[in-house]
Amino acid sequence: MATKSLKAKGNELAQSNRQLDILNGGVFADGELPYFKDKINEIGHFPLRPKKLEILQINVGYMCNQVCEHCHVDAGPDRKEIMTRETMQQCLAVIKNTGAHTLDLTGGAPEMNPDFEWFVEEAAKAGIKDFIVRSNLTIIRANKKYYHLPDFFKKHNVHVISSMPHYTRGKTDKQRGDGVFDKSIKALQELNARGYGMPGSDLRLDLVYNPSGAYLPGDQMAMEKDFKKALDEDFGIQFHNLFAITNLPIARFLDYLIASENYEDYMYALVEAYNPSAVANVMCTNTISISWDGWLYDCDFNQMLDLKVASKVKHIKDYNEDLLNDRNIIISQHCYGCTAGAGSSCQGTVA
Amino acid sequence: MADTYYNPKDLRKFGKITEWSEELGTKFFDYYGKVFEEGALSAREKSLIALAVSHVVKCPYCIDAYTKDGLQKGVTKEEMMEAVHVGAAIESGATLVHGVQMMNKYDKLSM
Ligand code: SF4
Ligand code: SF4
Repeated sequence: MATKSLKAKGNELAQSNRQLDILNGGVFADGELPYFKDKINEIGHFPLRPKKLEILQINVGYMCNQVCEHCHVDAGPDRKEIMTRETMQQCLAVIKNTGAHTLDLTGGAPEMNPDFEWFVEEAAKAGIKDFIVRSNLTIIRANKKYYHLPDFFKKHNVHVISSMPHYTRGKTDKQRGDGVFDKSIKALQELNARGYGMPGSDLRLDLVYNPSGAYLPGDQMAMEKDFKKALDEDFGIQFHNLFAITNLPIARFLDYLIASENYEDYMYALVEAYNPSAVANVMCTNTISISWDGWLYDCDFNQMLDLKVASKVKHIKDYNEDLLNDRNIIISQHCYGCTAGAGSSCQGTVA
Repeated sequence: MADTYYNPKDLRKFGKITEWSEELGTKFFDYYGKVFEEGALSAREKSLIALAVSHVVKCPYCIDAYTKDGLQKGVTKEEMMEAVHVGAAIESGATLVHGVQMMNKYDKLSM
Protein backbone atom coordinates (compact mmCIF):
# COMPACT_ATOMS: atom_id res chain seq x y z
CA MET A 1 0.00 0.00 0.00
CA ALA A 2 1.28 3.43 -0.89
CA THR A 3 1.34 5.96 1.95
CA LYS A 4 2.49 9.09 0.13
CA SER A 5 2.08 10.53 -3.33
CA LEU A 6 4.96 10.25 -5.80
CA LYS A 7 5.13 14.02 -5.61
CA ALA A 8 5.68 14.03 -1.84
CA LYS A 9 8.29 11.30 -2.19
CA GLY A 10 10.15 13.32 -4.81
CA ASN A 11 9.83 10.35 -7.19
CA GLU A 12 10.94 11.29 -10.71
CA LEU A 13 7.72 9.85 -12.11
CA ALA A 14 5.86 12.75 -10.50
CA GLN A 15 7.19 14.70 -13.47
CA SER A 16 5.03 14.34 -16.55
CA ASN A 17 7.90 14.64 -19.03
CA ARG A 18 9.67 11.70 -17.37
CA GLN A 19 6.50 9.63 -17.77
CA LEU A 20 6.17 10.64 -21.41
CA ASP A 21 9.81 9.67 -22.05
CA ILE A 22 9.02 6.19 -20.80
CA LEU A 23 5.78 5.93 -22.76
CA ASN A 24 7.45 7.04 -25.98
CA GLY A 25 10.72 5.16 -25.49
CA GLY A 26 11.67 1.56 -24.71
CA VAL A 27 9.72 -1.13 -26.56
CA PHE A 28 8.06 1.53 -28.71
CA ALA A 29 11.17 3.42 -29.75
CA ASP A 30 13.01 0.23 -30.64
CA GLY A 31 10.16 -0.91 -32.86
CA GLU A 32 9.10 -3.97 -30.84
CA LEU A 33 5.64 -2.47 -30.40
CA PRO A 34 3.86 -0.05 -32.74
CA TYR A 35 3.14 3.54 -31.71
CA PHE A 36 -0.54 4.24 -31.00
CA LYS A 37 -0.46 6.91 -33.66
CA ASP A 38 0.51 4.38 -36.35
CA LYS A 39 -2.06 1.92 -35.13
CA ILE A 40 -4.98 4.35 -35.44
CA ASN A 41 -3.60 5.71 -38.69
CA GLU A 42 -4.16 2.23 -40.18
CA ILE A 43 -7.89 2.69 -39.72
CA GLY A 44 -8.01 6.34 -40.75
CA HIS A 45 -8.44 7.77 -37.26
CA PHE A 46 -5.27 9.82 -37.13
CA PRO A 47 -5.39 12.58 -36.14
CA LEU A 48 -8.01 11.70 -33.59
CA ARG A 49 -10.80 14.27 -33.70
CA PRO A 50 -13.53 15.17 -31.24
CA LYS A 51 -17.23 14.64 -31.91
CA LYS A 52 -20.02 16.63 -30.29
CA LEU A 53 -19.11 17.66 -26.74
CA GLU A 54 -21.28 15.80 -24.24
CA ILE A 55 -19.34 15.64 -21.00
CA LEU A 56 -17.53 18.27 -18.98
CA GLN A 57 -15.27 16.55 -16.51
CA ILE A 58 -14.02 18.82 -13.78
CA ASN A 59 -11.21 17.75 -11.50
CA VAL A 60 -11.77 19.84 -8.36
CA GLY A 61 -8.49 18.83 -6.72
CA TYR A 62 -5.89 16.16 -6.13
CA MET A 63 -6.46 15.95 -2.39
CA CYS A 64 -7.72 12.55 -1.28
CA ASN A 65 -8.23 10.62 1.96
CA GLN A 66 -6.72 7.55 0.30
CA VAL A 67 -3.43 6.80 -1.41
CA CYS A 68 -4.37 3.95 -3.73
CA GLU A 69 -1.55 1.99 -5.29
CA HIS A 70 -2.85 2.38 -8.85
CA CYS A 71 -3.91 6.05 -8.74
CA HIS A 72 -3.20 7.79 -12.06
CA VAL A 73 -3.84 11.15 -10.39
CA ASP A 74 -1.14 10.53 -7.76
CA ALA A 75 -3.71 11.85 -5.30
CA GLY A 76 -3.45 11.71 -1.53
CA PRO A 77 -3.76 13.61 1.74
CA ASP A 78 -0.47 15.35 0.99
CA ARG A 79 -1.70 16.86 -2.29
CA LYS A 80 -2.80 20.45 -1.77
CA GLU A 81 -3.91 21.38 -5.31
CA ILE A 82 -7.62 22.21 -5.14
CA MET A 83 -9.91 24.31 -7.30
CA THR A 84 -10.64 27.76 -5.94
CA ARG A 85 -14.09 29.35 -5.90
CA GLU A 86 -12.91 31.76 -8.56
CA THR A 87 -12.10 28.94 -11.00
CA MET A 88 -15.38 27.27 -10.04
CA GLN A 89 -17.16 30.46 -11.03
CA GLN A 90 -15.44 30.35 -14.42
CA CYS A 91 -16.62 26.73 -14.75
CA LEU A 92 -20.17 27.71 -13.80
CA ALA A 93 -20.25 30.33 -16.53
CA VAL A 94 -19.28 27.63 -19.01
CA ILE A 95 -21.75 25.09 -17.60
CA LYS A 96 -24.57 27.56 -18.20
CA ASN A 97 -23.67 28.01 -21.86
CA THR A 98 -22.38 24.64 -22.95
CA GLY A 99 -24.12 22.05 -25.08
CA ALA A 100 -22.72 19.34 -22.83
CA HIS A 101 -25.42 17.43 -20.93
CA THR A 102 -23.23 15.67 -18.38
CA LEU A 103 -21.14 17.20 -15.64
CA ASP A 104 -18.64 14.81 -14.11
CA LEU A 105 -16.90 15.91 -10.91
CA THR A 106 -13.76 14.07 -10.01
CA GLY A 107 -10.56 14.37 -7.97
CA GLY A 108 -8.83 13.15 -5.68
CA ALA A 109 -11.83 12.98 -3.43
CA PRO A 110 -13.94 15.83 -4.84
CA GLU A 111 -15.85 16.06 -1.57
CA MET A 112 -12.70 17.26 0.20
CA ASN A 113 -12.69 20.55 -1.65
CA PRO A 114 -14.17 23.00 0.91
CA ASP A 115 -16.30 24.59 -1.83
CA PHE A 116 -17.55 21.28 -3.15
CA GLU A 117 -21.11 21.58 -1.83
CA TRP A 118 -21.40 25.20 -2.90
CA PHE A 119 -20.27 24.22 -6.36
CA VAL A 120 -22.70 21.31 -6.62
CA GLU A 121 -25.56 23.55 -5.52
CA GLU A 122 -24.69 26.23 -8.06
CA ALA A 123 -24.08 23.74 -10.87
CA ALA A 124 -27.36 21.93 -10.10
CA LYS A 125 -29.23 25.15 -10.85
CA ALA A 126 -27.72 25.20 -14.35
CA GLY A 127 -29.92 22.34 -15.54
CA ILE A 128 -27.33 19.69 -16.35
CA LYS A 129 -29.04 16.37 -17.24
CA ASP A 130 -26.65 13.90 -15.68
CA PHE A 131 -24.73 15.22 -12.72
CA ILE A 132 -22.01 12.79 -11.69
CA VAL A 133 -19.82 12.75 -8.60
CA ARG A 134 -16.98 10.25 -8.52
CA SER A 135 -16.85 9.25 -4.91
CA ASN A 136 -14.33 6.87 -3.43
CA LEU A 137 -17.03 5.83 -0.89
CA THR A 138 -14.77 5.86 2.17
CA ILE A 139 -14.88 9.64 2.28
CA ILE A 140 -18.55 9.36 3.27
CA ARG A 141 -17.44 7.49 6.40
CA ALA A 142 -14.05 9.18 6.88
CA ASN A 143 -15.20 11.92 9.21
CA LYS A 144 -18.48 13.06 10.82
CA LYS A 145 -18.43 16.19 8.67
CA TYR A 146 -19.07 14.00 5.62
CA TYR A 147 -21.82 11.79 7.09
CA HIS A 148 -24.56 13.93 5.56
CA LEU A 149 -23.21 13.50 2.01
CA PRO A 150 -25.69 10.76 0.98
CA ASP A 151 -28.58 13.11 1.90
CA PHE A 152 -26.86 15.96 0.10
CA PHE A 153 -26.40 13.83 -3.03
CA LYS A 154 -30.03 12.78 -2.89
CA LYS A 155 -31.23 16.35 -2.57
CA HIS A 156 -29.54 17.28 -5.84
CA ASN A 157 -30.21 13.96 -7.55
CA VAL A 158 -26.49 13.47 -8.05
CA HIS A 159 -25.47 10.33 -9.91
CA VAL A 160 -22.92 8.64 -7.66
CA ILE A 161 -20.18 6.60 -9.34
CA SER A 162 -18.03 4.82 -6.80
CA SER A 163 -14.86 2.87 -7.02
CA MET A 164 -14.95 -0.64 -5.63
CA PRO A 165 -11.91 -2.79 -6.40
CA HIS A 166 -13.44 -6.12 -5.45
CA TYR A 167 -16.26 -7.75 -3.54
CA THR A 168 -13.82 -9.37 -1.16
CA ARG A 169 -12.11 -7.60 1.73
CA GLY A 170 -8.60 -8.92 1.00
CA LYS A 171 -8.31 -7.63 -2.54
CA THR A 172 -9.91 -4.28 -1.78
CA ASP A 173 -7.76 -3.49 1.24
CA LYS A 174 -4.58 -4.52 -0.54
CA GLN A 175 -5.13 -1.98 -3.31
CA ARG A 176 -6.71 0.83 -1.31
CA GLY A 177 -5.59 0.44 2.28
CA ASP A 178 -6.62 -1.38 5.46
CA GLY A 179 -10.21 -0.89 6.47
CA VAL A 180 -11.25 0.50 3.07
CA PHE A 181 -13.49 -2.47 2.34
CA ASP A 182 -15.54 -2.22 5.54
CA LYS A 183 -15.92 1.55 5.18
CA SER A 184 -16.95 1.18 1.54
CA ILE A 185 -19.58 -1.42 2.46
CA LYS A 186 -20.95 0.88 5.16
CA ALA A 187 -21.06 3.79 2.70
CA LEU A 188 -22.89 1.66 0.12
CA GLN A 189 -25.43 0.66 2.76
CA GLU A 190 -25.94 4.33 3.65
CA LEU A 191 -26.55 5.12 -0.03
CA ASN A 192 -28.92 2.16 -0.41
CA ALA A 193 -30.85 3.35 2.66
CA ARG A 194 -31.51 6.67 0.81
CA GLY A 195 -32.80 4.73 -2.20
CA TYR A 196 -29.54 4.93 -4.16
CA GLY A 197 -28.88 1.97 -6.43
CA MET A 198 -32.17 0.23 -5.70
CA PRO A 199 -33.84 -1.51 -8.65
CA GLY A 200 -36.04 1.01 -10.47
CA SER A 201 -34.73 3.95 -8.42
CA ASP A 202 -33.85 7.22 -10.15
CA LEU A 203 -31.05 7.73 -7.67
CA ARG A 204 -28.25 6.23 -9.71
CA LEU A 205 -25.44 4.36 -8.04
CA ASP A 206 -22.85 2.75 -10.30
CA LEU A 207 -19.64 1.05 -9.30
CA VAL A 208 -16.28 1.25 -10.97
CA TYR A 209 -14.04 -1.76 -11.00
CA ASN A 210 -10.42 -1.61 -12.05
CA PRO A 211 -7.91 -4.44 -11.71
CA SER A 212 -5.66 -4.45 -8.65
CA GLY A 213 -2.51 -5.25 -10.54
CA ALA A 214 -0.80 -5.62 -13.88
CA TYR A 215 -3.63 -7.22 -15.81
CA LEU A 216 -6.64 -6.12 -17.82
CA PRO A 217 -10.21 -6.18 -16.54
CA GLY A 218 -12.35 -9.14 -17.53
CA ASP A 219 -15.70 -8.97 -19.26
CA GLN A 220 -17.75 -6.12 -17.76
CA MET A 221 -21.07 -8.02 -17.83
CA ALA A 222 -19.61 -11.09 -16.17
CA MET A 223 -17.90 -8.97 -13.51
CA GLU A 224 -21.13 -7.09 -12.85
CA LYS A 225 -22.97 -10.37 -12.34
CA ASP A 226 -20.33 -11.58 -9.86
CA PHE A 227 -20.28 -8.25 -7.97
CA LYS A 228 -24.07 -8.09 -7.76
CA LYS A 229 -24.40 -11.63 -6.50
CA ALA A 230 -21.63 -11.34 -3.90
CA LEU A 231 -22.56 -7.88 -2.57
CA ASP A 232 -26.22 -8.83 -2.33
CA GLU A 233 -25.64 -12.19 -0.68
CA ASP A 234 -23.00 -10.99 1.77
CA PHE A 235 -24.25 -7.50 2.60
CA GLY A 236 -27.66 -6.96 0.99
CA ILE A 237 -26.16 -4.22 -1.19
CA GLN A 238 -27.74 -3.13 -4.49
CA PHE A 239 -26.31 -1.02 -7.27
CA HIS A 240 -27.14 -0.29 -10.89
CA ASN A 241 -24.16 -0.90 -13.18
CA LEU A 242 -20.55 -1.90 -12.91
CA PHE A 243 -18.04 -0.09 -15.12
CA ALA A 244 -14.86 -2.05 -15.78
CA ILE A 245 -11.93 0.29 -16.35
CA THR A 246 -8.44 -0.54 -17.57
CA ASN A 247 -5.59 0.96 -15.54
CA LEU A 248 -3.59 3.35 -17.68
CA PRO A 249 0.19 3.39 -17.32
CA ILE A 250 0.37 6.80 -15.68
CA ALA A 251 1.72 8.11 -12.35
CA ARG A 252 1.50 5.58 -9.49
CA PHE A 253 0.34 2.74 -11.71
CA LEU A 254 3.27 3.37 -14.05
CA ASP A 255 5.59 3.46 -11.04
CA TYR A 256 4.17 0.15 -9.83
CA LEU A 257 4.51 -1.44 -13.29
CA ILE A 258 8.15 -0.46 -13.51
CA ALA A 259 9.04 -1.36 -9.93
CA SER A 260 7.37 -4.78 -10.24
CA GLU A 261 9.01 -5.39 -13.63
CA ASN A 262 5.62 -5.69 -15.29
CA TYR A 263 5.83 -2.61 -17.53
CA GLU A 264 6.84 -4.35 -20.75
CA ASP A 265 4.44 -7.24 -20.34
CA TYR A 266 1.62 -4.83 -19.55
CA MET A 267 2.28 -2.75 -22.66
CA TYR A 268 2.41 -5.96 -24.72
CA ALA A 269 -0.94 -6.99 -23.21
CA LEU A 270 -2.47 -3.59 -24.01
CA VAL A 271 -1.20 -3.59 -27.59
CA GLU A 272 -2.24 -7.19 -28.12
CA ALA A 273 -5.73 -6.39 -26.86
CA TYR A 274 -5.96 -3.30 -29.12
CA ASN A 275 -9.45 -3.20 -30.54
CA PRO A 276 -9.86 -0.93 -33.58
CA SER A 277 -13.61 -0.68 -33.06
CA ALA A 278 -13.05 0.99 -29.67
CA VAL A 279 -11.13 3.89 -31.21
CA ALA A 280 -14.16 5.83 -32.47
CA ASN A 281 -15.65 5.98 -28.99
CA VAL A 282 -12.73 6.74 -26.70
CA MET A 283 -13.90 9.23 -24.12
CA CYS A 284 -11.78 12.15 -25.31
CA THR A 285 -14.03 12.28 -28.38
CA ASN A 286 -16.98 13.63 -26.39
CA THR A 287 -15.34 14.98 -23.22
CA ILE A 288 -13.33 17.96 -22.07
CA SER A 289 -11.37 17.67 -18.86
CA ILE A 290 -10.74 20.73 -16.69
CA SER A 291 -8.00 20.73 -14.09
CA TRP A 292 -8.13 22.26 -10.60
CA ASP A 293 -6.37 25.35 -11.96
CA GLY A 294 -8.67 25.74 -14.95
CA TRP A 295 -6.57 24.31 -17.79
CA LEU A 296 -8.26 22.27 -20.48
CA TYR A 297 -7.29 18.73 -21.48
CA ASP A 298 -8.62 16.01 -23.78
CA CYS A 299 -9.09 13.70 -20.80
CA ASP A 300 -8.13 13.20 -17.16
CA PHE A 301 -5.15 11.06 -18.24
CA ASN A 302 -3.75 13.76 -20.50
CA GLN A 303 -4.26 16.14 -17.59
CA MET A 304 -1.95 14.04 -15.43
CA LEU A 305 0.64 13.98 -18.22
CA ASP A 306 0.24 17.74 -18.57
CA LEU A 307 -0.74 17.46 -22.23
CA LYS A 308 -3.00 20.49 -22.63
CA VAL A 309 -5.49 20.67 -25.50
CA ALA A 310 -4.03 21.53 -28.89
CA SER A 311 -6.23 24.59 -29.34
CA LYS A 312 -6.01 28.34 -29.14
CA VAL A 313 -8.33 27.98 -26.17
CA LYS A 314 -6.38 26.38 -23.37
CA HIS A 315 -8.02 27.76 -20.24
CA ILE A 316 -11.56 27.75 -18.91
CA LYS A 317 -11.57 31.55 -18.73
CA ASP A 318 -11.24 31.70 -22.55
CA TYR A 319 -13.65 28.85 -23.19
CA ASN A 320 -15.11 28.66 -26.68
CA GLU A 321 -16.81 25.41 -27.61
CA ASP A 322 -16.64 25.82 -31.39
CA LEU A 323 -12.95 26.62 -31.35
CA LEU A 324 -12.26 23.75 -28.98
CA ASN A 325 -14.20 21.24 -31.03
CA ASP A 326 -11.95 22.05 -33.95
CA ARG A 327 -8.83 20.47 -32.53
CA ASN A 328 -6.71 17.34 -32.80
CA ILE A 329 -6.69 15.16 -29.71
CA ILE A 330 -3.26 14.60 -28.22
CA ILE A 331 -2.33 10.94 -27.94
CA SER A 332 0.51 8.80 -26.71
CA GLN A 333 1.04 5.14 -25.87
CA HIS A 334 -1.11 5.35 -22.70
CA CYS A 335 -4.07 5.60 -25.12
CA TYR A 336 -3.75 1.85 -25.75
CA GLY A 337 -5.42 1.53 -22.35
CA CYS A 338 -8.61 3.09 -23.73
CA THR A 339 -8.73 0.77 -26.74
CA ALA A 340 -7.80 -2.55 -25.16
CA GLY A 341 -10.41 -5.30 -25.32
CA ALA A 342 -13.89 -3.86 -25.06
CA GLY A 343 -12.34 -0.42 -24.60
CA SER A 344 -12.28 1.59 -21.43
CA SER A 345 -13.57 4.98 -20.39
CA CYS A 346 -14.90 6.64 -17.26
CA GLN A 347 -18.26 5.14 -18.26
CA GLY A 348 -16.88 1.61 -18.65
CA THR A 349 -16.51 -0.29 -21.90
CA VAL A 350 -17.07 1.48 -25.22
CA ALA A 351 -16.98 -1.22 -27.90
CA MET B 1 19.78 -14.07 -19.64
CA ALA B 2 21.16 -17.54 -19.09
CA ASP B 3 20.03 -20.19 -21.55
CA THR B 4 17.08 -22.11 -20.19
CA TYR B 5 14.52 -24.40 -21.73
CA TYR B 6 11.72 -22.00 -20.82
CA ASN B 7 11.67 -18.29 -21.57
CA PRO B 8 8.65 -16.35 -20.22
CA LYS B 9 8.78 -14.07 -23.27
CA ASP B 10 8.09 -17.07 -25.53
CA LEU B 11 4.50 -17.06 -24.32
CA ARG B 12 3.96 -13.85 -26.31
CA LYS B 13 5.02 -15.76 -29.44
CA PHE B 14 2.51 -18.59 -29.02
CA GLY B 15 0.32 -17.17 -31.80
CA LYS B 16 3.23 -17.57 -34.23
CA ILE B 17 2.78 -21.36 -34.12
CA THR B 18 0.47 -20.89 -37.12
CA GLU B 19 3.37 -19.61 -39.23
CA TRP B 20 4.79 -23.06 -39.87
CA SER B 21 1.44 -24.71 -40.39
CA GLU B 22 -1.29 -22.23 -41.07
CA GLU B 23 -4.08 -24.77 -41.39
CA LEU B 24 -3.44 -26.86 -38.31
CA GLY B 25 -2.47 -23.86 -36.19
CA THR B 26 -5.62 -21.98 -37.13
CA LYS B 27 -7.77 -25.03 -36.49
CA PHE B 28 -6.19 -25.35 -33.07
CA PHE B 29 -6.77 -21.69 -32.14
CA ASP B 30 -10.35 -21.78 -33.41
CA TYR B 31 -11.02 -24.84 -31.31
CA TYR B 32 -9.19 -23.36 -28.32
CA GLY B 33 -11.12 -20.11 -28.53
CA LYS B 34 -14.43 -21.95 -28.77
CA VAL B 35 -13.65 -24.15 -25.76
CA PHE B 36 -13.16 -21.13 -23.52
CA GLU B 37 -16.33 -19.31 -24.51
CA GLU B 38 -19.13 -18.97 -21.99
CA GLY B 39 -21.19 -22.16 -22.30
CA ALA B 40 -22.83 -24.62 -19.93
CA LEU B 41 -19.81 -23.74 -17.78
CA SER B 42 -19.02 -20.09 -17.17
CA ALA B 43 -15.80 -18.62 -18.55
CA ARG B 44 -14.73 -18.21 -14.92
CA GLU B 45 -15.22 -21.91 -14.14
CA LYS B 46 -13.32 -22.86 -17.29
CA SER B 47 -10.46 -20.60 -16.27
CA LEU B 48 -10.17 -22.41 -12.93
CA ILE B 49 -10.24 -25.82 -14.64
CA ALA B 50 -7.52 -24.62 -17.01
CA LEU B 51 -5.44 -23.44 -14.07
CA ALA B 52 -5.72 -26.83 -12.34
CA VAL B 53 -4.86 -28.71 -15.53
CA SER B 54 -1.90 -26.37 -16.18
CA HIS B 55 -0.43 -27.58 -12.95
CA VAL B 56 -1.11 -31.22 -13.67
CA VAL B 57 0.51 -31.03 -17.10
CA LYS B 58 3.18 -28.83 -15.50
CA CYS B 59 3.20 -26.16 -18.18
CA PRO B 60 4.79 -22.94 -16.91
CA TYR B 61 3.35 -20.95 -19.81
CA CYS B 62 -0.18 -22.10 -19.00
CA ILE B 63 0.32 -21.46 -15.29
CA ASP B 64 1.31 -17.83 -16.05
CA ALA B 65 -1.49 -17.42 -18.55
CA TYR B 66 -4.27 -18.82 -16.37
CA THR B 67 -3.15 -17.09 -13.20
CA LYS B 68 -3.46 -13.84 -15.12
CA ASP B 69 -6.70 -14.93 -16.75
CA GLY B 70 -8.15 -15.75 -13.31
CA LEU B 71 -7.13 -12.35 -11.98
CA GLN B 72 -8.82 -10.73 -14.96
CA LYS B 73 -11.98 -12.64 -14.20
CA GLY B 74 -11.97 -11.62 -10.53
CA VAL B 75 -10.98 -15.07 -9.25
CA THR B 76 -9.50 -14.90 -5.75
CA LYS B 77 -6.23 -16.47 -4.69
CA GLU B 78 -8.11 -18.82 -2.35
CA GLU B 79 -10.12 -20.12 -5.30
CA MET B 80 -6.96 -20.50 -7.37
CA MET B 81 -5.17 -22.49 -4.69
CA GLU B 82 -8.18 -24.75 -4.16
CA ALA B 83 -8.21 -25.45 -7.89
CA VAL B 84 -4.52 -26.39 -7.76
CA HIS B 85 -5.27 -28.77 -4.88
CA VAL B 86 -8.04 -30.38 -6.89
CA GLY B 87 -5.53 -30.97 -9.68
CA ALA B 88 -2.95 -32.26 -7.22
CA ALA B 89 -5.47 -34.56 -5.52
CA ILE B 90 -6.55 -36.10 -8.82
CA GLU B 91 -2.96 -36.42 -9.90
CA SER B 92 -1.83 -38.13 -6.69
CA GLY B 93 -5.01 -40.21 -6.62
CA ALA B 94 -4.25 -41.32 -10.15
CA THR B 95 -0.78 -42.39 -9.06
CA LEU B 96 -2.06 -44.08 -5.97
CA VAL B 97 -4.89 -45.95 -7.64
CA HIS B 98 -2.28 -47.71 -9.76
CA GLY B 99 -1.16 -49.18 -6.46
CA VAL B 100 -4.06 -51.56 -6.94
CA GLN B 101 -2.39 -52.85 -10.08
CA MET B 102 0.80 -53.29 -8.13
CA MET B 103 -1.04 -55.13 -5.39
CA ASN B 104 -2.77 -57.38 -7.94
CA LYS B 105 0.48 -58.17 -9.65
CA TYR B 106 2.23 -58.78 -6.36
CA ASP B 107 -0.49 -61.14 -5.23
CA LYS B 108 -0.50 -62.97 -8.55
CA LEU B 109 3.22 -63.50 -8.50
CA SER B 110 3.39 -64.48 -4.87
CA MET B 111 2.76 -67.97 -3.50
S1 SF4 C 1 -7.68 6.23 -6.94
FE1 SF4 C 1 -9.24 7.66 -6.25
S2 SF4 C 1 -9.52 7.18 -4.09
FE2 SF4 C 1 -7.59 6.29 -4.69
S3 SF4 C 1 -6.03 7.84 -4.23
FE3 SF4 C 1 -6.65 8.13 -6.37
S4 SF4 C 1 -8.25 9.65 -6.29
FE4 SF4 C 1 -8.03 8.84 -4.22
S1 SF4 D 1 -5.95 8.42 -22.83
FE1 SF4 D 1 -7.18 10.24 -23.16
S2 SF4 D 1 -6.51 10.98 -25.14
FE2 SF4 D 1 -5.84 8.88 -25.02
S3 SF4 D 1 -7.50 7.71 -25.96
FE3 SF4 D 1 -7.84 7.74 -23.76
S4 SF4 D 1 -9.23 9.44 -23.46
FE4 SF4 D 1 -8.29 9.72 -25.48
